[in-house]
Amino acid sequence: MVHSSNRRAWVHGIGLVVLLALPIIAEALNDPFWITIATRMLIYGLAAMSLDLILGYGAMVSFGHAAFFGLGAYTVGILTHHVFYAEAIPFLPGHWEGSSQALVQWPLAMVVSGFFALVIGALSLRTQGVYFIMITLAFAQMVYFFMIGLPTYGGEDGLNVWMRSEVPGMNLSDPWQFYYLVLALLLLWLAFSQRLVQSRFGRVLAGCRQNSARMHTLGYPVRRYQLTAFVIAGMGAGLAGALAANQNEFASPGLMAWSTSGELMVMVILGGMGTLVGPILGAIVLLTLEEILSGLTEHWMVVLGPILVLVVLFARGGLYRLLIGGRHDD
Amino acid sequence: MMTEPVLVVENLCKSFGAVTASDGLNLSLLPGEIHAIIGPNGAGKSTAIHQLSGETPSDSGRIVFLGQDITHWPAHRRARAGMARSYQVTQLFQQMTVRENIAMAVQAADRHHFRFWRKAATDPRLNRPVETLLTSLELTDLADRRIAEIAHGQQRQVELALGLALQPKLLLLDEPMAGMSSSETHEMANRLERLRGQMTVVLVEHDMDVVFRLADRISVLVKGQVICTDTPEAVRQNPRVQQAYLGDGQ
Repeated sequence: MVHSSNRRAWVHGIGLVVLLALPIIAEALNDPFWITIATRMLIYGLAAMSLDLILGYGAMVSFGHAAFFGLGAYTVGILTHHVFYAEAIPFLPGHWEGSSQALVQWPLAMVVSGFFALVIGALSLRTQGVYFIMITLAFAQMVYFFMIGLPTYGGEDGLNVWMRSEVPGMNLSDPWQFYYLVLALLLLWLAFSQRLVQSRFGRVLAGCRQNSARMHTLGYPVRRYQLTAFVIAGMGAGLAGALAANQNEFASPGLMAWSTSGELMVMVILGGMGTLVGPILGAIVLLTLEEILSGLTEHWMVVLGPILVLVVLFARGGLYRLLIGGRHDD
Repeated sequence: MMTEPVLVVENLCKSFGAVTASDGLNLSLLPGEIHAIIGPNGAGKSTAIHQLSGETPSDSGRIVFLGQDITHWPAHRRARAGMARSYQVTQLFQQMTVRENIAMAVQAADRHHFRFWRKAATDPRLNRPVETLLTSLELTDLADRRIAEIAHGQQRQVELALGLALQPKLLLLDEPMAGMSSSETHEMANRLERLRGQMTVVLVEHDMDVVFRLADRISVLVKGQVICTDTPEAVRQNPRVQQAYLGDGQ
């Protein structure tokens, strides 16, 4: 075990150094576009990591996680839209013309996503297994079609985010600054999640995954814990969505399409379920493959599919466990 | 001296489609007694345990536990009120160690579950009671082994440990000796013997030697009804019990 944890420390250390040095390397190679691509990977990494909390630790196979991702993006988009046009938000009481402050937008994005996760989770968690997968998918599609049917905020075309969020003392239009802020938030969420899964709450979550019937008769109201985890995961995705809106300067309904939910699941499974770090790796690998393959051929999905199948077959606990040499149930 | 019963069951019924599992069950459990429930296969013993623990809702009737009507309470609420159970087929957390399994039950009794930050593995409020239980059940050597790695008989002991960790007022044991060797059965019987007087124990068990050795009182269940509740000696003499066990037509 000493050996394994040593190796893990090395992997984490090297990964961190690479992420910290990446903008410098990209700049040195005269390829600053890589900073933007890497930022996108980290944002998806954050969304995938938030999904891992329920998918990997809670065994709740949610096929609708993109809804919370997209809602976070739209929260930023809508707030910015009203600031830009100096219009009051019609569906809120009072006369609030939105805000462009990150400290207002981003927490609000998390609250909105968390609230939707609370409602969707409360209804979905009454079911299990395949039904849970289908009902989370159905709810996410409802949110997706609702946004598409809302011409005020762009409908099918999506919503332009006219300016990036404002952070005092920072300029998020600067790729370096935005990259490091995203990296910091990713690491914060990772630290928070790692504490969470080792806490009493995390143990309850693991217990519910392994034997929910027993948890009931031990006195744990199982669904309440699962719902709490579902809401926390939704909030993480909401934060990632807020960042994505900034990066793209656009809130697209595509962010909450079922294919995005699928992509997030692939990232988690590819990187390693129940590892938190794995999904970040999964996001990086998947998006890198997409980037490279789509440059080679327009039929890149035909190539990507088999690669994913091979990885899942031969690296069963995911790429992260392959790297650290850990056991499947570590 | 009058003692209030710990649990009173009145006219409890449960049907699964056309099959009646509990058909007007009546039961009264006294503080500190070991109360065995016996009966031929299909008499409804397991259903009765599930109804008491709250995992199977009852169609009609009433369950009163420590003076409170708990008929419509969910299982987790009954557990918090002081009811614990073990399962006929071992129900443990397979990927966790023995220590972590017991800690899960200790934590349930401690009730502070919505803690998101502090590490559970180094929490003395969890670890101290766990060590005490490990020692008293002689499981210390196995503490860091995963459930999936230990022998069946040892799993049965962990099963009991989870129940005891809740410090229940009422412990429901559904065939605790199932699949055990005779020496393991003997050891388990000694353990249960020591629980007498500390909590009310409901013992559903097929091994009649164990039942007659441990039970203060026995209820005989036939076709979803209790046909008699009495001391082991009286039950042994009861002609209706003999008839039920020997079969109607023979």
